[in-house]
Amino acid sequence: MTTDPAWIENAIVGARPRAVGALLRYFRDLDLAEEAFQEACLRALRLWPEKGPPRDPAAWLIMVGRNAALDVLRRKSRDVALPDEAAISDLDDVETPLAERLDESRFQDDVLRLMFTCCRPELMAVQQVVLALRVVAGLTVAQIARAFLVSETAMEQRITRAKRQIAVMGIPFETPDDTARAERLAAVAAMIYLVFNEGYSAADGAYRARLCDDAIRLGRLLQRLFPAEPEVMGLTALMLLQHARHAARFDDAGEIILLEDQDRGRWNRKLIAEGLALTEKALRHRAPGPYQIQAAIAALHDKAATPADTDWGQIDLLYGVLERLQPSPVVTLNRAVAVSKSRGPEAALAMVEGLGDSLAGYFHFHGVRGGLLWQLGRRLQARAAFGKAMALANTAAEASHIRAHLDRLKAEAEAAGETG
Amino acid sequence: MLYTILCYHEEDVVWSWSEEQEAAVMARLAEVQAPLIASGKMGPSLRLLPTTTATTLRKTKDAPLVIDGPFAETKEQLLGFYVVDVADLEEALAIARQLAGANPGGAYELRPVALYNADARADPAP
Repeated sequence: MTTDPAWIENAIVGARPRAVGALLRYFRDLDLAEEAFQEACLRALRLWPEKGPPRDPAAWLIMVGRNAALDVLRRKSRDVALPDEAAISDLDDVETPLAERLDESRFQDDVLRLMFTCCRPELMAVQQVVLALRVVAGLTVAQIARAFLVSETAMEQRITRAKRQIAVMGIPFETPDDTARAERLAAVAAMIYLVFNEGYSAADGAYRARLCDDAIRLGRLLQRLFPAEPEVMGLTALMLLQHARHAARFDDAGEIILLEDQDRGRWNRKLIAEGLALTEKALRHRAPGPYQIQAAIAALHDKAATPADTDWGQIDLLYGVLERLQPSPVVTLNRAVAVSKSRGPEAALAMVEGLGDSLAGYFHFHGVRGGLLWQLGRRLQARAAFGKAMALANTAAEASHIRAHLDRLKAEAEAAGETG
Repeated sequence: MLYTILCYHEEDVVWSWSEEQEAAVMARLAEVQAPLIASGKMGPSLRLLPTTTATTLRKTKDAPLVIDGPFAETKEQLLGFYVVDVADLEEALAIARQLAGANPGGAYELRPVALYNADARADPAP
Protein backbone atom coordinates (compact mmCIF):
# COMPACT_ATOMS: atom_id res chain seq x y z
CA MET A 1 0.00 0.00 0.00
CA THR A 2 2.63 2.50 1.06
CA THR A 3 4.80 1.93 -1.99
CA ASP A 4 1.86 2.12 -4.37
CA PRO A 5 2.83 4.64 -7.09
CA ALA A 6 -0.70 6.08 -7.06
CA TRP A 7 -0.33 6.75 -3.32
CA ILE A 8 2.97 8.53 -3.90
CA GLU A 9 1.47 10.63 -6.66
CA ASN A 10 -1.48 11.64 -4.47
CA ALA A 11 0.83 12.42 -1.55
CA ILE A 12 3.01 14.64 -3.75
CA VAL A 13 0.04 16.45 -5.26
CA GLY A 14 -1.45 16.93 -1.79
CA ALA A 15 1.81 18.28 -0.36
CA ARG A 16 2.54 20.58 -3.28
CA PRO A 17 0.87 23.85 -2.18
CA ARG A 18 2.47 23.75 1.28
CA ALA A 19 5.86 22.66 -0.04
CA VAL A 20 6.07 25.15 -2.91
CA GLY A 21 4.68 27.83 -0.60
CA ALA A 22 7.45 27.22 1.95
CA LEU A 23 10.13 27.05 -0.76
CA LEU A 24 8.87 30.33 -2.17
CA ARG A 25 9.37 31.88 1.27
CA TYR A 26 12.97 30.55 1.44
CA PHE A 27 14.05 31.54 -2.05
CA ARG A 28 11.72 34.45 -2.86
CA ASP A 29 11.72 33.29 -6.47
CA LEU A 30 8.82 31.36 -7.96
CA ASP A 31 10.83 29.56 -10.65
CA LEU A 32 13.51 28.49 -8.19
CA ALA A 33 10.84 27.29 -5.73
CA GLU A 34 9.17 25.23 -8.43
CA GLU A 35 12.48 23.77 -9.60
CA ALA A 36 13.40 22.88 -6.02
CA PHE A 37 10.07 21.13 -5.55
CA GLN A 38 10.51 19.31 -8.85
CA GLU A 39 13.91 18.05 -7.77
CA ALA A 40 12.49 16.90 -4.44
CA CYS A 41 9.72 15.03 -6.25
CA LEU A 42 12.21 13.22 -8.45
CA ARG A 43 14.07 12.08 -5.34
CA ALA A 44 10.80 11.09 -3.67
CA LEU A 45 9.84 8.93 -6.65
CA ARG A 46 13.23 7.26 -6.39
CA LEU A 47 13.41 6.83 -2.62
CA TRP A 48 9.87 6.41 -1.32
CA PRO A 49 9.07 3.14 -3.13
CA GLU A 50 12.07 1.46 -1.44
CA LYS A 51 12.12 3.13 1.95
CA GLY A 52 8.42 3.79 2.32
CA PRO A 53 6.93 7.28 2.47
CA PRO A 54 8.03 9.71 5.17
CA ARG A 55 5.74 10.55 8.08
CA ASP A 56 5.18 14.06 6.80
CA PRO A 57 5.57 14.18 3.00
CA ALA A 58 5.34 17.99 2.83
CA ALA A 59 8.12 18.46 5.38
CA TRP A 60 10.30 15.94 3.56
CA LEU A 61 9.77 17.62 0.21
CA ILE A 62 10.52 21.08 1.65
CA MET A 63 13.75 19.92 3.30
CA VAL A 64 15.03 17.97 0.30
CA GLY A 65 13.91 20.65 -2.16
CA ARG A 66 15.59 23.38 -0.19
CA ASN A 67 18.90 21.53 0.03
CA ALA A 68 18.82 20.69 -3.67
CA ALA A 69 18.17 24.30 -4.63
CA LEU A 70 20.92 25.53 -2.31
CA ASP A 71 23.34 23.18 -4.08
CA VAL A 72 22.35 24.69 -7.41
CA LEU A 73 22.82 28.21 -6.06
CA ARG A 74 26.24 27.32 -4.63
CA ARG A 75 27.36 25.77 -7.90
CA LYS A 76 26.22 28.82 -9.81
CA SER A 77 27.97 31.14 -7.39
CA ARG A 78 31.36 29.77 -8.52
CA ASP A 79 30.88 31.31 -11.97
CA VAL A 80 28.51 34.10 -11.11
CA ALA A 81 28.47 36.47 -8.18
CA LEU A 82 27.59 35.07 -4.77
CA PRO A 83 23.84 34.93 -4.11
CA ASP A 84 22.49 37.74 -2.05
CA GLU A 85 22.32 36.27 1.46
CA ALA A 86 19.37 38.49 2.28
CA ALA A 87 17.44 36.95 -0.58
CA ILE A 88 17.62 33.53 1.05
CA SER A 89 15.75 33.81 4.30
CA ASP A 90 15.65 31.39 7.22
CA LEU A 91 19.17 30.08 6.71
CA ASP A 92 20.15 30.97 10.25
CA ASP A 93 17.79 28.48 11.80
CA VAL A 94 18.84 25.33 9.94
CA GLU A 95 19.47 23.63 13.26
CA THR A 96 16.03 24.17 14.76
CA PRO A 97 13.87 21.08 14.48
CA LEU A 98 12.02 21.00 11.21
CA ALA A 99 8.67 20.47 12.87
CA GLU A 100 8.98 23.74 14.74
CA ARG A 101 9.34 25.71 11.54
CA LEU A 102 6.51 23.92 9.81
CA ASP A 103 3.74 24.77 12.19
CA GLU A 104 0.33 25.38 10.70
CA SER A 105 0.37 29.14 11.17
CA ARG A 106 3.34 29.38 8.87
CA PHE A 107 1.79 27.06 6.33
CA GLN A 108 -1.24 29.31 6.47
CA ASP A 109 0.65 32.34 5.22
CA ASP A 110 2.89 30.30 2.89
CA VAL A 111 -0.01 28.71 1.05
CA LEU A 112 -2.01 31.91 1.05
CA ARG A 113 0.97 33.81 -0.40
CA LEU A 114 1.50 31.17 -3.08
CA MET A 115 -2.17 31.23 -4.03
CA PHE A 116 -2.37 35.01 -3.85
CA THR A 117 0.64 35.28 -6.14
CA CYS A 118 -1.46 33.59 -8.81
CA CYS A 119 -4.50 35.82 -8.45
CA ARG A 120 -3.14 39.34 -8.32
CA PRO A 121 -5.86 41.65 -9.63
CA GLU A 122 -3.52 42.80 -12.38
CA LEU A 123 -3.77 39.34 -13.97
CA MET A 124 -6.66 38.46 -16.27
CA ALA A 125 -9.10 35.85 -14.96
CA VAL A 126 -7.93 33.16 -17.37
CA GLN A 127 -4.29 33.86 -16.44
CA GLN A 128 -5.19 33.42 -12.78
CA VAL A 129 -6.82 30.08 -13.47
CA VAL A 130 -3.96 28.79 -15.60
CA LEU A 131 -1.32 29.91 -13.09
CA ALA A 132 -3.20 28.40 -10.15
CA LEU A 133 -3.51 25.09 -11.98
CA ARG A 134 0.19 25.05 -12.82
CA VAL A 135 1.76 26.52 -9.69
CA VAL A 136 -0.65 25.55 -6.89
CA ALA A 137 -2.50 22.48 -8.12
CA GLY A 138 0.60 21.17 -9.92
CA LEU A 139 -1.01 20.17 -13.22
CA THR A 140 1.48 19.74 -16.06
CA VAL A 141 1.51 22.24 -18.93
CA ALA A 142 0.26 19.42 -21.18
CA GLN A 143 -2.70 18.75 -18.88
CA ILE A 144 -3.66 22.44 -18.74
CA ALA A 145 -3.24 22.80 -22.52
CA ARG A 146 -5.59 19.85 -23.00
CA ALA A 147 -8.16 21.38 -20.64
CA PHE A 148 -8.10 24.68 -22.55
CA LEU A 149 -7.92 23.07 -25.99
CA VAL A 150 -4.73 24.86 -27.00
CA SER A 151 -1.31 23.55 -27.98
CA GLU A 152 1.29 22.89 -25.31
CA THR A 153 3.57 25.54 -26.79
CA ALA A 154 0.81 28.14 -26.65
CA MET A 155 0.03 27.26 -23.04
CA GLU A 156 3.71 27.29 -22.09
CA GLN A 157 3.99 30.81 -23.53
CA ARG A 158 0.86 31.95 -21.71
CA ILE A 159 2.24 30.69 -18.39
CA THR A 160 5.67 32.18 -18.98
CA ARG A 161 4.11 35.56 -19.78
CA ALA A 162 1.98 35.50 -16.64
CA LYS A 163 5.00 34.55 -14.52
CA ARG A 164 6.99 37.40 -16.01
CA GLN A 165 4.19 39.77 -14.97
CA ILE A 166 4.34 38.38 -11.44
CA ALA A 167 8.10 38.85 -11.33
CA VAL A 168 7.63 42.50 -12.32
CA MET A 169 4.89 43.06 -9.72
CA GLY A 170 6.93 41.34 -7.02
CA ILE A 171 5.70 38.81 -4.49
CA PRO A 172 4.47 40.16 -1.15
CA PHE A 173 6.67 38.59 1.54
CA GLU A 174 5.75 40.67 4.55
CA THR A 175 3.49 38.82 7.00
CA PRO A 176 0.01 40.16 6.27
CA ASP A 177 -1.98 41.90 8.97
CA ASP A 178 -5.60 40.85 9.54
CA THR A 179 -7.03 43.18 6.89
CA ALA A 180 -4.47 42.18 4.28
CA ARG A 181 -5.00 38.52 5.14
CA ALA A 182 -8.77 38.87 4.73
CA GLU A 183 -8.27 40.61 1.36
CA ARG A 184 -5.91 37.89 0.17
CA LEU A 185 -8.30 35.22 1.34
CA ALA A 186 -11.16 36.81 -0.62
CA ALA A 187 -9.03 37.06 -3.77
CA VAL A 188 -7.89 33.46 -3.39
CA ALA A 189 -11.44 32.22 -2.83
CA ALA A 190 -12.55 34.00 -6.01
CA MET A 191 -9.66 32.44 -7.93
CA ILE A 192 -10.54 28.94 -6.70
CA TYR A 193 -14.14 29.48 -7.77
CA LEU A 194 -12.90 30.60 -11.20
CA VAL A 195 -10.99 27.32 -11.53
CA PHE A 196 -14.14 25.47 -10.50
CA ASN A 197 -16.27 27.26 -13.06
CA GLU A 198 -13.82 26.46 -15.84
CA GLY A 199 -14.49 22.81 -15.10
CA TYR A 200 -18.18 23.17 -14.34
CA SER A 201 -19.21 24.18 -17.84
CA ALA A 202 -17.43 21.19 -19.39
CA ALA A 203 -19.34 18.04 -20.32
CA ASP A 204 -18.95 14.92 -18.21
CA GLY A 205 -15.86 12.98 -19.19
CA ALA A 206 -14.35 16.06 -20.81
CA TYR A 207 -10.83 16.69 -19.65
CA ARG A 208 -11.75 20.10 -18.31
CA ALA A 209 -14.30 18.62 -15.92
CA ARG A 210 -11.41 17.46 -13.73
CA LEU A 211 -10.67 21.07 -12.87
CA CYS A 212 -13.67 20.87 -10.50
CA ASP A 213 -11.85 18.22 -8.46
CA ASP A 214 -8.73 20.39 -8.37
CA ALA A 215 -10.75 23.39 -7.22
CA ILE A 216 -12.44 21.35 -4.48
CA ARG A 217 -9.05 20.07 -3.33
CA LEU A 218 -7.79 23.66 -3.06
CA GLY A 219 -10.97 24.65 -1.23
CA ARG A 220 -10.53 21.89 1.34
CA LEU A 221 -6.89 22.86 1.80
CA LEU A 222 -7.80 26.51 2.33
CA GLN A 223 -10.43 25.49 4.84
CA ARG A 224 -8.04 23.32 6.79
CA LEU A 225 -5.69 26.30 7.05
CA PHE A 226 -8.49 28.73 7.94
CA PRO A 227 -10.93 26.50 9.82
CA ALA A 228 -13.10 29.29 11.25
CA GLU A 229 -13.81 31.36 8.12
CA PRO A 230 -17.48 30.92 7.20
CA GLU A 231 -16.99 32.14 3.62
CA VAL A 232 -14.25 29.56 3.03
CA MET A 233 -16.63 26.87 4.32
CA GLY A 234 -19.30 28.35 2.05
CA LEU A 235 -17.03 28.25 -0.99
CA THR A 236 -16.07 24.61 -0.46
CA ALA A 237 -19.69 23.70 0.26
CA LEU A 238 -20.89 25.49 -2.88
CA MET A 239 -18.41 23.63 -5.07
CA LEU A 240 -19.24 20.26 -3.49
CA LEU A 241 -23.00 20.76 -3.79
CA GLN A 242 -22.74 21.79 -7.45
CA HIS A 243 -20.18 19.18 -8.40
CA ALA A 244 -22.34 16.46 -6.79
CA ARG A 245 -24.75 16.83 -9.73
CA HIS A 246 -22.02 16.49 -12.33
CA ALA A 247 -22.76 12.98 -13.60
CA ALA A 248 -26.43 13.92 -14.13
CA ARG A 249 -25.83 17.24 -15.88
CA PHE A 250 -25.06 15.92 -19.38
CA ASP A 251 -26.54 13.19 -21.53
CA ASP A 252 -24.53 10.68 -23.55
CA ALA A 253 -24.26 13.13 -26.42
CA GLY A 254 -22.79 15.76 -24.07
CA GLU A 255 -25.96 17.88 -24.07
CA ILE A 256 -27.03 19.78 -20.95
CA ILE A 257 -29.76 18.23 -18.83
CA LEU A 258 -31.60 20.87 -16.82
CA LEU A 259 -31.84 20.50 -13.06
CA GLU A 260 -35.51 19.54 -13.17
CA ASP A 261 -34.87 16.79 -15.74
CA GLN A 262 -31.81 15.27 -14.06
CA ASP A 263 -31.74 11.70 -12.75
CA ARG A 264 -31.30 12.53 -9.07
CA GLY A 265 -30.16 8.97 -8.42
CA ARG A 266 -26.94 9.90 -10.19
CA TRP A 267 -26.16 12.74 -7.83
CA ASN A 268 -23.15 12.03 -5.64
CA ARG A 269 -24.55 11.58 -2.12
CA LYS A 270 -21.15 11.68 -0.44
CA LEU A 271 -20.33 15.10 -1.90
CA ILE A 272 -23.81 16.32 -0.97
CA ALA A 273 -23.40 15.13 2.63
CA GLU A 274 -20.07 16.94 2.91
CA GLY A 275 -21.50 20.09 1.31
CA LEU A 276 -24.54 20.13 3.59
CA ALA A 277 -22.38 19.65 6.69
CA LEU A 278 -20.17 22.56 5.67
CA THR A 279 -23.12 24.82 4.83
CA GLU A 280 -24.60 24.19 8.27
CA LYS A 281 -21.30 24.85 9.96
CA ALA A 282 -20.89 28.10 8.06
CA LEU A 283 -24.39 29.42 8.70
CA ARG A 284 -23.97 28.88 12.46
CA HIS A 285 -21.57 31.83 12.41
CA ARG A 286 -24.41 34.18 11.45
CA ALA A 287 -22.04 36.08 9.19
CA PRO A 288 -23.61 35.44 5.79
CA GLY A 289 -21.59 36.02 2.64
CA PRO A 290 -22.14 35.36 -1.06
CA TYR A 291 -20.57 31.89 -1.09
CA GLN A 292 -22.58 30.77 1.93
CA ILE A 293 -25.85 32.01 0.45
CA GLN A 294 -25.13 30.35 -2.88
CA ALA A 295 -24.23 27.15 -1.03
CA ALA A 296 -27.51 27.34 0.90
CA ILE A 297 -29.38 27.67 -2.42
CA ALA A 298 -27.51 24.72 -3.92
CA ALA A 299 -28.25 22.78 -0.72
CA LEU A 300 -32.00 23.34 -1.14
CA HIS A 301 -31.80 21.93 -4.68
CA ASP A 302 -29.71 18.96 -3.56
CA LYS A 303 -32.05 18.18 -0.66
CA ALA A 304 -35.15 17.97 -2.88
CA ALA A 305 -35.94 14.33 -3.69
CA THR A 306 -37.92 15.43 -6.78
CA PRO A 307 -38.10 18.80 -8.58
CA ALA A 308 -41.59 19.30 -7.11
CA ASP A 309 -40.10 19.08 -3.58
CA THR A 310 -37.84 22.09 -4.22
CA ASP A 311 -38.42 24.89 -1.73
CA TRP A 312 -38.60 27.69 -4.33
CA GLY A 313 -39.99 30.20 -1.84
CA GLN A 314 -36.88 29.79 0.34
CA ILE A 315 -34.63 29.96 -2.72
CA ASP A 316 -36.35 33.21 -3.74
CA LEU A 317 -35.64 34.62 -0.26
CA LEU A 318 -32.00 33.53 -0.37
CA TYR A 319 -31.51 35.17 -3.77
CA GLY A 320 -33.03 38.29 -2.20
CA VAL A 321 -30.28 38.18 0.46
CA LEU A 322 -27.67 37.61 -2.23
CA GLU A 323 -29.00 40.61 -4.20
CA ARG A 324 -28.40 42.77 -1.14
CA LEU A 325 -24.93 41.34 -0.40
CA GLN A 326 -23.74 41.34 -3.97
CA PRO A 327 -26.09 43.28 -6.26
CA SER A 328 -25.76 42.01 -9.82
CA PRO A 329 -28.15 41.57 -12.75
CA VAL A 330 -27.10 37.91 -12.99
CA VAL A 331 -28.26 37.32 -9.40
CA THR A 332 -31.59 38.99 -10.20
CA LEU A 333 -31.89 36.78 -13.27
CA ASN A 334 -31.39 33.70 -11.11
CA ARG A 335 -33.89 35.03 -8.62
CA ALA A 336 -36.39 35.42 -11.46
CA VAL A 337 -36.09 31.70 -12.19
CA ALA A 338 -37.01 30.93 -8.56
CA VAL A 339 -39.82 33.49 -8.73
CA SER A 340 -41.23 31.84 -11.86
CA LYS A 341 -41.60 28.63 -9.84
CA SER A 342 -42.95 30.16 -6.64
CA ARG A 343 -44.99 33.10 -7.97
CA GLY A 344 -45.41 32.30 -11.66
CA PRO A 345 -43.89 33.34 -15.01
CA GLU A 346 -45.57 36.75 -15.14
CA ALA A 347 -43.89 38.06 -11.97
CA ALA A 348 -40.60 36.55 -13.14
CA LEU A 349 -40.79 38.16 -16.57
CA ALA A 350 -41.40 41.56 -14.98
CA MET A 351 -38.12 41.11 -13.05
CA VAL A 352 -36.26 39.95 -16.13
CA GLU A 353 -37.43 42.75 -18.42
CA GLY A 354 -35.62 45.29 -16.28
CA LEU A 355 -32.30 43.57 -16.95
CA GLY A 356 -32.25 43.96 -20.73
CA ASP A 357 -29.77 46.84 -20.74
CA SER A 358 -27.09 45.20 -18.64
CA LEU A 359 -27.52 41.61 -19.85
CA ALA A 360 -28.16 42.13 -23.58
CA GLY A 361 -24.98 40.19 -24.39
CA TYR A 362 -25.58 37.37 -21.89
CA PHE A 363 -26.60 33.94 -23.13
CA HIS A 364 -28.63 32.95 -20.07
CA PHE A 365 -30.61 36.21 -20.04
CA HIS A 366 -32.09 35.43 -23.46
CA GLY A 367 -32.50 31.76 -22.60
CA VAL A 368 -34.43 32.47 -19.37
CA ARG A 369 -36.46 35.26 -21.01
CA GLY A 370 -37.34 32.97 -23.92
CA GLY A 371 -38.44 30.26 -21.51
CA LEU A 372 -40.69 32.66 -19.57
CA LEU A 373 -42.26 34.07 -22.76
CA TRP A 374 -42.87 30.53 -23.93
CA GLN A 375 -44.57 29.62 -20.64
CA LEU A 376 -46.83 32.67 -21.12
CA GLY A 377 -47.73 31.46 -24.62
CA ARG A 378 -45.92 34.34 -26.36
CA ARG A 379 -44.27 32.04 -28.87
CA LEU A 380 -43.07 34.56 -31.45
CA GLN A 381 -41.28 36.63 -28.83
CA ALA A 382 -39.93 33.46 -27.25
CA ARG A 383 -38.48 32.42 -30.56
CA ALA A 384 -36.78 35.79 -31.03
CA ALA A 385 -35.28 35.53 -27.53
CA PHE A 386 -34.01 32.00 -28.14
CA GLY A 387 -32.54 33.20 -31.44
CA LYS A 388 -30.49 35.78 -29.54
CA ALA A 389 -29.44 33.15 -26.99
CA MET A 390 -28.37 30.85 -29.81
CA ALA A 391 -26.07 33.53 -31.22
CA LEU A 392 -24.50 34.05 -27.78
CA ALA A 393 -24.01 30.38 -26.80
CA ASN A 394 -20.59 29.74 -25.27
CA THR A 395 -20.42 25.99 -25.80
CA ALA A 396 -21.80 23.48 -28.29
CA ALA A 397 -23.92 22.01 -25.49
CA GLU A 398 -25.54 25.38 -24.80
CA ALA A 399 -26.25 25.94 -28.48
CA SER A 400 -27.82 22.55 -29.02
CA HIS A 401 -29.93 22.99 -25.88
CA ILE A 402 -31.43 26.19 -27.33
CA ARG A 403 -31.74 24.52 -30.73
CA ALA A 404 -33.93 21.84 -29.11
CA HIS A 405 -36.16 24.57 -27.61
CA LEU A 406 -36.49 26.25 -30.99
CA ASP A 407 -37.44 22.97 -32.64
CA ARG A 408 -40.11 22.28 -30.05
CA LEU A 409 -41.43 25.84 -30.36
CA LYS A 410 -41.64 25.46 -34.11
CA ALA A 411 -43.51 22.17 -33.79
CA GLU A 412 -45.92 23.76 -31.33
CA ALA A 413 -46.47 26.75 -33.59
CA GLU A 414 -47.17 24.49 -36.58
CA ALA A 415 -49.59 22.40 -34.55
CA ALA A 416 -51.38 25.61 -33.56
CA GLY A 417 -51.50 26.68 -37.19
CA GLU A 418 -49.26 29.71 -36.68
CA THR A 419 -46.86 30.73 -39.43
CA GLY A 420 -43.65 32.70 -39.59
CA MET B 1 -14.67 -9.33 23.77
CA LEU B 2 -15.55 -6.41 21.55
CA TYR B 3 -12.80 -4.48 19.83
CA THR B 4 -12.97 -1.30 17.82
CA ILE B 5 -10.53 -0.84 14.99
CA LEU B 6 -9.95 2.87 14.51
CA CYS B 7 -8.86 3.90 11.03
CA TYR B 8 -6.11 6.50 10.58
CA HIS B 9 -4.75 7.69 7.26
CA GLU B 10 -3.81 10.92 5.49
CA GLU B 11 -7.06 12.48 4.48
CA ASP B 12 -5.42 14.62 1.78
CA VAL B 13 -4.57 11.41 0.02
CA VAL B 14 -7.72 9.42 0.73
CA TRP B 15 -10.05 12.22 -0.31
CA SER B 16 -8.07 12.74 -3.52
CA TRP B 17 -8.68 9.18 -4.66
CA SER B 18 -10.21 9.00 -8.12
CA GLU B 19 -13.51 7.16 -8.43
CA GLU B 20 -11.63 4.14 -9.80
CA GLN B 21 -9.12 4.12 -6.93
CA GLU B 22 -11.95 4.50 -4.44
CA ALA B 23 -13.94 1.67 -6.01
CA ALA B 24 -10.89 -0.60 -6.03
CA VAL B 25 -10.20 -0.04 -2.32
CA MET B 26 -13.85 -0.52 -1.38
CA ALA B 27 -14.00 -3.74 -3.41
CA ARG B 28 -10.88 -5.10 -1.67
CA LEU B 29 -12.33 -4.19 1.73
CA ALA B 30 -15.71 -5.76 0.90
CA GLU B 31 -13.91 -9.00 0.05
CA VAL B 32 -12.29 -9.07 3.47
CA GLN B 33 -15.48 -8.03 5.25
CA ALA B 34 -17.85 -10.58 3.64
CA PRO B 35 -16.67 -13.68 5.56
CA LEU B 36 -16.41 -11.62 8.78
CA ILE B 37 -20.02 -10.53 8.38
CA ALA B 38 -21.09 -14.11 7.56
CA SER B 39 -19.37 -15.48 10.66
CA GLY B 40 -20.97 -12.84 12.88
CA LYS B 41 -17.71 -11.12 13.77
CA MET B 42 -18.41 -7.79 12.12
CA GLY B 43 -20.28 -5.15 14.08
CA PRO B 44 -21.24 -1.72 12.77
CA SER B 45 -18.67 0.19 10.74
CA LEU B 46 -18.62 3.68 9.45
CA ARG B 47 -16.65 6.15 7.43
CA LEU B 48 -16.38 9.77 8.46
CA LEU B 49 -16.54 12.87 6.28
CA PRO B 50 -13.26 14.86 6.14
CA THR B 51 -12.07 16.81 9.19
CA THR B 52 -13.03 20.04 7.40
CA THR B 53 -16.64 19.19 8.32
CA ALA B 54 -15.79 18.73 12.00
CA THR B 55 -16.87 20.93 14.91
CA THR B 56 -15.30 20.58 18.35
CA LEU B 57 -17.03 21.17 21.66
CA ARG B 58 -14.53 21.99 24.40
CA LYS B 59 -16.00 20.75 27.68
CA THR B 60 -14.98 23.83 29.64
CA LYS B 61 -16.39 24.49 33.09
CA ASP B 62 -18.98 27.09 32.15
CA ALA B 63 -20.74 27.01 28.80
CA PRO B 64 -18.88 24.57 26.56
CA LEU B 65 -16.90 26.29 23.82
CA VAL B 66 -17.77 25.46 20.20
CA ILE B 67 -14.76 25.56 17.86
CA ASP B 68 -14.60 25.00 14.10
CA GLY B 69 -12.40 22.15 13.00
CA PRO B 70 -11.32 18.77 14.32
CA PHE B 71 -10.01 17.97 17.79
CA ALA B 72 -6.33 18.71 17.44
CA GLU B 73 -4.78 18.33 20.91
CA THR B 74 -2.40 15.48 21.57
CA LYS B 75 -2.61 15.54 25.36
CA GLU B 76 -6.00 13.85 25.51
CA GLN B 77 -6.62 10.35 24.22
CA LEU B 78 -9.57 8.89 22.32
CA LEU B 79 -11.69 7.11 24.92
CA GLY B 80 -14.90 6.28 23.11
CA PHE B 81 -17.58 7.52 20.78
CA TYR B 82 -21.32 7.90 20.25
CA VAL B 83 -23.33 7.67 17.06
CA VAL B 84 -26.42 9.91 17.20
CA ASP B 85 -29.21 10.18 14.63
CA VAL B 86 -30.11 13.88 14.44
CA ALA B 87 -31.61 16.43 12.05
CA ASP B 88 -28.62 18.76 11.96
CA LEU B 89 -25.43 19.98 13.61
CA GLU B 90 -27.44 22.11 16.04
CA GLU B 91 -29.22 19.04 17.45
CA ALA B 92 -25.96 17.09 17.63
CA LEU B 93 -24.39 19.98 19.55
CA ALA B 94 -27.36 20.05 21.94
CA ILE B 95 -26.82 16.39 22.77
CA ALA B 96 -23.08 16.92 23.13
CA ARG B 97 -23.76 19.77 25.56
CA GLN B 98 -25.97 17.51 27.69
CA LEU B 99 -23.31 14.82 27.72
CA ALA B 100 -20.68 17.42 28.58
CA GLY B 101 -22.76 18.54 31.52
CA ALA B 102 -22.77 15.00 32.87
CA ASN B 103 -19.07 14.46 32.27
CA PRO B 104 -17.02 17.69 32.13
CA GLY B 105 -13.41 17.93 30.94
CA GLY B 106 -11.88 17.02 27.60
CA ALA B 107 -13.69 17.58 24.34
CA TYR B 108 -16.14 16.10 21.88
CA GLU B 109 -15.44 16.23 18.16
CA LEU B 110 -18.64 16.15 16.11
CA ARG B 111 -18.09 14.74 12.66
CA PRO B 112 -20.77 13.80 10.13
CA VAL B 113 -20.79 10.19 8.94
CA ALA B 114 -20.25 9.55 5.23
CA LEU B 115 -21.09 5.86 5.14
CA TYR B 116 -22.76 3.72 7.80
CA ASN B 117 -23.02 -0.06 7.86
CA ALA B 118 -25.41 -1.12 10.59
CA ASP B 119 -24.67 -4.09 12.84
CA ALA B 120 -25.16 -7.22 10.70
CA ARG B 121 -24.83 -9.65 13.60
CA ALA B 122 -27.93 -11.69 14.48
CA ASP B 123 -27.51 -11.18 18.20
CA PRO B 124 -25.31 -8.14 18.72
CA ALA B 125 -23.38 -8.67 21.94
CA PRO B 126 -22.80 -5.63 24.15
